[in-house]
Amino acid sequence: MAEQDDIILAELSDEELVQQMHDDLYDGLKDEIEEAVHILLDRGWQPYRILTEALVAGMTIVGYDFRDGILFVPEVLLAANAMKGGMFILKPLLAETGAPKQGKMVIGTVKGDIHDIGKNLVSMMLEGAGFEVVDIGINNPVENYLEALEREQPDILGMSALLTTTMPYMKVVIDTMVEKGLRDDYIVLVGGAPLNEEFGRAIGADAYCRDAAVAVEMAKDFVSRKHNQMAAG
Amino acid sequence: MTAAAFPDALPDDATLTEAGLPAQRPRGRILLIACGALAREILALRAANGWDHMDLTCLPAKLHLYPDRIPDAVARVVEDNRDSFESIFVVYADCGTGGRLQARCAELGVEMVPGPHCYAFFDGNAAFAARADDEMTAFYLTDFLVRQFDAFVWRPMGFDRHPELIGMMFGNYEKLIYLAQTDDPALDARARDCAARLGLAYERRLTGYGDLATALARQA
Repeated sequence: MAEQDDIILAELSDEELVQQMHDDLYDGLKDEIEEAVHILLDRGWQPYRILTEALVAGMTIVGYDFRDGILFVPEVLLAANAMKGGMFILKPLLAETGAPKQGKMVIGTVKGDIHDIGKNLVSMMLEGAGFEVVDIGINNPVENYLEALEREQPDILGMSALLTTTMPYMKVVIDTMVEKGLRDDYIVLVGGAPLNEEFGRAIGADAYCRDAAVAVEMAKDFVSRKHNQMAAG
Repeated sequence: MTAAAFPDALPDDATLTEAGLPAQRPRGRILLIACGALAREILALRAANGWDHMDLTCLPAKLHLYPDRIPDAVARVVEDNRDSFESIFVVYADCGTGGRLQARCAELGVEMVPGPHCYAFFDGNAAFAARADDEMTAFYLTDFLVRQFDAFVWRPMGFDRHPELIGMMFGNYEKLIYLAQTDDPALDARARDCAARLGLAYERRLTGYGDLATALARQA
């Protein structure tokens, strides 16, 4: 990108720099994002502000354009990789500065399925939105989910599947949670390319999330409802 | 149009990917509505078995990149042609539609090929399911997908522009299995090259037409 070469990030105003970061995220420019994060930190920006106003806001635009068919998986992955670079710098600082916590989620791809692109995007966007995310990886039998729930005590369980043949396993996990009397202790969100809302309802999930942006909205919505219920109770 | 002559009229793979095969003037009693990726195999079976009463139309194979669009696309072709044929058979498996294609076919009163996708029915659905745990980390190609690897995998995944994405997208895969419908050394070599480009081990399995042959025979 020839024009990009002419821009000196350090010479931009805060407002221009944040706008430039949105553009650079959109273009998947990891090095530029990392440089801009350092510049804003040097200018005294709080890590949480950089995360939300620059990275999450930029990635949200990417998410909308993916949803609308303007961007495709490769572009989203490059953008996510750039955001990851920025978050890697911010994460330890966020812990130190006590950024607000929205809730906690355990997330994993179901048994028989090794696909994790969607899951990783959801994890990253939820972290960006202030959730603590415990990612238990791919090919998880029900025992892995139950152990992680017991160990982590999250608000939310997230399950992902890319294959028509593996998505029914989500019901195995939910049914097992019902049998053990655990189902109502957790918000269960599911996602993956072959799923839909009807499937989510049929297997007893709280919601189907069609993309990472929806997952963030659902997670926030359900956690706040849960907290309201607890306050009312 | 005879069965032997029909394959000569088949468009090239790029056309089957982008545009499919338009419906011809009805000649047979049965219309097969198929994915463009299956055109050659269906016409080979049609010729071999003398199923001259079967007409074929194909949707663009690239619909597989957007599986949510397949049920509506199939439904449109069914509606457009149902008055011209005694019966219609949909030559798609689930193909990533999460049961939506099956539901739509049931609403339309037409049958489709059982199974999750073409890899499974070429391999044989039962055998494919039995191997699912052992081959969880396998990425499959068929004859068509070997020929159209760049159009279906390499370019849409952005690997031509950003090779660093290969690791992000294929990092959990270990091998590429070429499910061969025909015994073709040239395709074998191309499939091996596809595996190398993705950094995967290579295996070839000659499947023939598998459950596709039995599914079509049941309709004949």
